[in-house]
Amino acid sequence: MIRYLLQRLVAFIPTLIGVSIVIFVAIRLVPGDQITATLGTEAGMLTDAQREQLRQFYGLDRPPIEQYFTWLGGVLQGNFGYSIRFGQPVLDLILQRFPLTLQLALMAVIIALIVGLPIGLMSAVYHNTLIDLVGRLLALLGLALPNFLFGTLLIYILSVGFGILPNAGGYISFAEDPARNLSQMIFPAVTLGFAFSAALMRTARSAMLEVLGEDYIRTARSKGVTERRVIWRHALRNTLIPVVTLIGVQMGYLLGGTFIVEYIFSLPGLGRLAVNAISQREYALVQGVTLFVAFNFVLINLLVDVLYAAIDPRITYR
Amino acid sequence: MSRFSRFLLIAAVVALALSGAAAASAQKPNVLIVARAADTTGLDPHTQTAFASLRLLELIYEPLVTLDADLNIVPLLAEKWEFSEGATVLSMKLRQGVKFHDGSDFTSADVKATFERILKEETKAAARSTFLGIDSIETPDDYSVVFKLKTADVPILASFASVNAVIAPSELIAEGDFSKKAIGTGPFVLREWKPEEVTFLDRNPNWWVQGPAIEGIEMRVIPDESAILAALRAGEVDFALLNDPLVATLLKDDPNITLNRVPAIAYHVFQLNASRAPMDKLEFRQALSCAIDRQEVLDAASLGEGTVTGPLTPPAWRIDTKELFCYTKDLAKAKELMAKAGVGEVTLKAIVASAEPPTALSEAQSIQAQLAEIGVKLEIEPLELSVYVDRWLKGDFDTAVALNGGRPDPYTMYVRYWTKTGNLQGVANYIDDTLDSLMAQGRAESDPAKRKAIFDQFQKHLVEMAPWIWLYNGFEYTAQQKYVEGFIPNPTDSLYSLAAVILNR
Repeated sequence: MIRYLLQRLVAFIPTLIGVSIVIFVAIRLVPGDQITATLGTEAGMLTDAQREQLRQFYGLDRPPIEQYFTWLGGVLQGNFGYSIRFGQPVLDLILQRFPLTLQLALMAVIIALIVGLPIGLMSAVYHNTLIDLVGRLLALLGLALPNFLFGTLLIYILSVGFGILPNAGGYISFAEDPARNLSQMIFPAVTLGFAFSAALMRTARSAMLEVLGEDYIRTARSKGVTERRVIWRHALRNTLIPVVTLIGVQMGYLLGGTFIVEYIFSLPGLGRLAVNAISQREYALVQGVTLFVAFNFVLINLLVDVLYAAIDPRITYR
Repeated sequence: MSRFSRFLLIAAVVALALSGAAAASAQKPNVLIVARAADTTGLDPHTQTAFASLRLLELIYEPLVTLDADLNIVPLLAEKWEFSEGATVLSMKLRQGVKFHDGSDFTSADVKATFERILKEETKAAARSTFLGIDSIETPDDYSVVFKLKTADVPILASFASVNAVIAPSELIAEGDFSKKAIGTGPFVLREWKPEEVTFLDRNPNWWVQGPAIEGIEMRVIPDESAILAALRAGEVDFALLNDPLVATLLKDDPNITLNRVPAIAYHVFQLNASRAPMDKLEFRQALSCAIDRQEVLDAASLGEGTVTGPLTPPAWRIDTKELFCYTKDLAKAKELMAKAGVGEVTLKAIVASAEPPTALSEAQSIQAQLAEIGVKLEIEPLELSVYVDRWLKGDFDTAVALNGGRPDPYTMYVRYWTKTGNLQGVANYIDDTLDSLMAQGRAESDPAKRKAIFDQFQKHLVEMAPWIWLYNGFEYTAQQKYVEGFIPNPTDSLYSLAAVILNR
């Protein structure tokens, strides 16, 4: 097991290098640079000497290959570069934003689990009944309703209907004031969790249906095992594999930041950091955030694989 | 699972109730909460060009002179000024008893250091080009400054009324690091700036004017303008800056909120690139100008929130649009001009920044529909802002829909475009001797009536040559709760008068 984990960790390296090359090239292919991004049309008022100075200042005068290796060398020493706009090292910025993103992702997944899993399982167990119909309708609604619409609707209902809006900027972290923090985080988490719960519902339902049709379930039933025991003990465990896979993938996405929800609810998370960095052409920041997100993704994949072994005794890693 | 879920649900409800109760019971501090969509991009007042940065820095730093609500030049750190005969020397008397936020006195040495910094090429100051006419700066005593000018230069006075020309302490200039500190003479002191989140300002107790009455300002970034609207309605913010007329007008009939609007001096314009065929033909450009109903563009894109305008938008320089070439749509004339130009069916591309301003795309669509009537097909190319700016600066377009910033003085407003040596001549792509010489005359003339006559002629000629098609100027919007009193909206969008605001909750 230990050996397997080490192997997987080593395999991270080529993945991350690949990601870093792709993002390095991609961000440079986008027209415009940090000079025009910060100065806008006023960049046209620069003299040649000033332009050259700025290019040196931002490190744009050096050949891209050299830029890449300088950056990579820095990353290996834990130096992800410096954001000029924020006046802070890139890694500090990422670590400041990450707790919010992590909290939001966890809350969204928990909400999705609470809502999606039971309804999905009930839908399967009470297949083709009213419960199933309502469950499937809910799932369809959740999949069809985009985040930005659901989030905006929530804000509209809260502000116009109830005259409250916890998400009016001024984000408070959990450590500072847990109650205020939760009141700010609950609605974005519901927005994200609602869409995810729909996906979870459908996956859980179809997985459960499949398992319920398996021979061993029939055998269990014919042995006279109670229905309750059949579902909870035999079927549930086997439905969990696709559910865990889905949660892993979703968690990976959520940890990359959820720009739209952060934007609508004015939360300073990783997604907004990344998108603003792109529009400002802050190359070091874009590269840093992307690498960080890619790292999260592979790490979660690994965790999911380890979880498989815990759920299903047939799976072992050597 | 179900017990756990019940627990979570209860926890969430309790948390919500607690937060509501906490908000209701605590007395709100005497701090103004301001919301806006875009954040400051840097703290150096001399190099920042983004509007969002200027809105913050003008509360911290102060210039020598400023503009009142009618865009007249009024004293600020300079109490009095006069031009010598022939307008080659400008002498100023400075206000006494003004202190910087670090406690040091404001004197003529700071003024000299500031303008030397602005003029130094390495600083990359945004206003450098408008001060290049300064030959030397003399400081006869602590409270007098004399600017010796290379040539007669009247518009330079208006250039002093800019956030890009605010006075910084000579110690900070010597130190050279403006990126983390902001030390001015203004009504508010910067406490903390958390980029993309919030900026805290405290009242400056040593400000040379009485006040401010509020303890400070909390300036929050709420990226979505409809969320700003919701925050206003929910009473979570006291004051807001709005860009999108479609969002702002939703507040018109709201009984609890005051919407302030002042005519902006920034102008919406349809730029033609006269260096490309067929825009190099005068008749073709004029045909486009005659084919466009400017009011229709304004109605379609901004719900009529604005005024059709000629090239000069500041109130003192405006001209009745009836005096301008083809400001009423005339399709027959347009078709006749098309024939004269010898241009048949033609396809042009228009570059448009996708969300900056929010109205740009609808403007392009309105123009597209109108030009189709004279056989000109307009292909709209929506671009991300930075890409748009890049191509705009290179002059790499057939036509461009733009929102360009205005200046209170016509010379400073257009020197970059409509003079032979203008820095953005490559964007304007059109110049003739008449325009160049009228600009030169307008720069040297100090008699207001004669200057007005020169710039009237300049506008008429410019519109007739139709290198660009000026459309309209919109409004600058701010919105506030009814209990916020004393704010005076300014056409330059300045927030300086927040210093006089009181919260009468």
